[in-house]
Amino acid sequence: MKKVGVFVCHCGSNIAHSVDCAKVAETLKDFPNVAFSTDYKYMCSEPGQELIKKAIKEQGLDRVVVCSCSPRMHENTFRNCVAQAGLNPYMFEMANIREQCSWVHPDDMEKATEKAIDLAKMAVSKVCYDEPLEKSYSPVTKRALVVGGGIAGIQTAIDIANNGFVVDIVERTPSIGGKMSQIDKTFPTLDCSACILTPKMVEASSHPNINLITFAEVEKVEGYVGNFDVTIRKKARSVDMSKCTGCGTCWSKCPTKVPSEFELGMSMRKAIYTPFPQAIPNKPVIDREHCLKFTKGICGVCSKVCPAGAIDYTIEDELVTERYGAIVMATGYQLFDASVYGEYGYGRYPDVISGLQFERLINASGPTMGHLLRPSDGKEPKNVVFIKCVGSRDENKGKEYCSRTCCMYTAKQATLVRDKIKDSKVYVFYMDVRTPGKGYEEFYNRTTEKYEANYIRGRVSKITQEGDKLLVHGEDTLLGRPVKVEADMVVLATAMVSNPDAAHLAQLVGFSYDKDGFYTESHPKLAPVETHTAGVFLAGACQGPKDIPDTVAQAGAAAVKVTALLSKDKLETEPSVSVVDQKNCAGCGHCVNICPYRAISLETIQERVNGKTIERKVAHVNSSLCRGCGACTVTCRSSSISLKHFTNKQILAEVDALCLQ
Amino acid sequence: MTLNELQQQGAMATETLEKLSQVEARKCYQCGKCSAGCPVAEYMDIMPRQVMRLVQLGLTDEALKSKAIWLCATCDTCSTRCPRNVDIAHEMETLRILAKRKGIVGEKDIDKFHNVFLDMVKKFGRVYEVGLIVGRNVTTGKLFRDVNYGLPYLSKRKVHLLPEKVKAKDEINRIFAKAEEYALKELKEAENK
Repeated sequence: MKKVGVFVCHCGSNIAHSVDCAKVAETLKDFPNVAFSTDYKYMCSEPGQELIKKAIKEQGLDRVVVCSCSPRMHENTFRNCVAQAGLNPYMFEMANIREQCSWVHPDDMEKATEKAIDLAKMAVSKVCYDEPLEKSYSPVTKRALVVGGGIAGIQTAIDIANNGFVVDIVERTPSIGGKMSQIDKTFPTLDCSACILTPKMVEASSHPNINLITFAEVEKVEGYVGNFDVTIRKKARSVDMSKCTGCGTCWSKCPTKVPSEFELGMSMRKAIYTPFPQAIPNKPVIDREHCLKFTKGICGVCSKVCPAGAIDYTIEDELVTERYGAIVMATGYQLFDASVYGEYGYGRYPDVISGLQFERLINASGPTMGHLLRPSDGKEPKNVVFIKCVGSRDENKGKEYCSRTCCMYTAKQATLVRDKIKDSKVYVFYMDVRTPGKGYEEFYNRTTEKYEANYIRGRVSKITQEGDKLLVHGEDTLLGRPVKVEADMVVLATAMVSNPDAAHLAQLVGFSYDKDGFYTESHPKLAPVETHTAGVFLAGACQGPKDIPDTVAQAGAAAVKVTALLSKDKLETEPSVSVVDQKNCAGCGHCVNICPYRAISLETIQERVNGKTIERKVAHVNSSLCRGCGACTVTCRSSSISLKHFTNKQILAEVDALCLQ
Repeated sequence: MTLNELQQQGAMATETLEKLSQVEARKCYQCGKCSAGCPVAEYMDIMPRQVMRLVQLGLTDEALKSKAIWLCATCDTCSTRCPRNVDIAHEMETLRILAKRKGIVGEKDIDKFHNVFLDMVKKFGRVYEVGLIVGRNVTTGKLFRDVNYGLPYLSKRKVHLLPEKVKAKDEINRIFAKAEEYALKELKEAENK
């Protein structure tokens, strides 16, 4: 005979307005195994909790049911409460008679009370099969991995490193810096992007706690929070980093020219190169796809001219495995491919360029040394048209979402044109102007007033070429009439989209992403930098389009979360995890595939059958990885997996309580 | 015609308007609060917001042709309520001055009414209602308009048959002379610069 105590909460009037709480408590008194039952106005309050503790001691209760709100709200409160009274905290159940009863049935007290009684009975039936569970602990590796070396990754790494932990940054390209290194000026203050970024790049490279692993990619991730084993592929640089001094002789002598990725194809780089002059590390890599030594087996000039003898064509990709306590994803974004819009002629008309190309054209270190010139004929444009929402807010050809940054960077670019070319005119086609940041609306107002940008509300229908001019066709929806604007250059504010391999990487590390390939935060408001996978955090635009201030803020937040995790000597793990009855398990592996946390693997066991020892495969749950979702238990055909605290027996007892009356 | 060409065409008028009115039309963010509160908006051909849009886009010539600027009663509701502190009513008035000077008057009857009204004030120092009504009806060619109101108004002594004059006629003349001189000077300056 169990001794269950039932405590019905009024939640002020939240529950009591449509549930007769006293009647619930009274009815439950006669239910099997219930030794004590009462109701109270606020069960979570201090006197409410005292009431529970007192009843446990005086009535000798061995398990407790509280009928109140959602377990999300107060499960921990009451678990602590029963633990303080000497019970195992898992000898407790909650019946949600608020969100799932009183709030959804506000007008029918009789039925709502009946339902509350049912919910209470179910909880009592379940609690009878509760067993004491103990939390277990796992160790923590005090080292963090940051994937991505843009401003998000750099800031996260610096913050973690300054908190005293070792961080590795894995960056895919030959240099850290990311998109921010390509941008000319930053809104709303018009700081030079490089001037505020490069000091951070230098800090990251010289910080004793930060290791830069550039030209490398994450290959494999195993393990769990506190102990991720990450395999990193260090791509062959063909340059011995320990010998190279970054003198630049090699790339000045290299005969092979390749369109520069950093300059978005608007100028050439060599086959042995650093992406840009301020690159960190400032040591080159050989682009094996274009290098004559690798394509045709000839040349070898770089090797001959290198004074340090650092060129080594035999270097191969190297795989290294490191253990990390936490991972921060800071993999950034890509820009929408505007050539999808045939009507804008991007890729067809040389003077229709993307916003990022504009940044390079107006940047003092860019292909035109900061003189804004048309790609077609090198003339200075007098009429510049900007088109916003290229790829954003377009369910047909682009993305449904708003890219958040384009309104501001377009306003910034419009002011830069007016600043550099005094007799220029700028036209901005927009659908809405969204300026939700500090100083942003003011910046936009300056763009229209002081810099006299002509904002025209409407999407551009098409761009045609008339001689050496472009004709931009649109509608001024505020006047309700079509307009044509003659332009020397058109700049497309392309949407921020996720990296093409973002989903692949998420699957590799083991966390979720949304339909657009952006990484999903654990809670949009209350856990914006966490993922659903413990120990994996997010920073920057990989989580969704955002600007530099927001990215830096998020990076700082992620760093704090990582630091908090790494500061612990051991991690508590929830005991309500799945366990496999290996005798019964047929080793089909369905659970292995269904598990979203990759907590289940097949292991080989030895068994004696009819006097012979045989080997067979069975499922095994890593309890540190298991998050207790229960997906495996419903998948298992032989009911060999059971989730502690939610056993089949318990679920059936609940069903019986509801149906066998 | 492209927007660039239209702007080029209207550049002179736009510049004159800016100088004369000192209204920063570019500040207008087209929320439409002016049109929403305007008591005569429903009789206008384009909304006050659109007048501002034409002006801020540099299509001033077109704003000058609109009827809306003539229907505006200068009640100032728009200017009082504008969240961007744009003095729309003043812009309307300035547009009327420019339109008249250019000889493009979108609503001739209203212009005639203004003329008769000012004539009365100039002559008598205050409004002479009967004169105003007769003057308007004669100049607009609608002789019997509102005539049925005449007798009741007269019999209840709401209007007087003969004009009343103010004593300080000289001062009135001086005010008019000064105003005309000043307005003309300002206008010329704005046009010449």
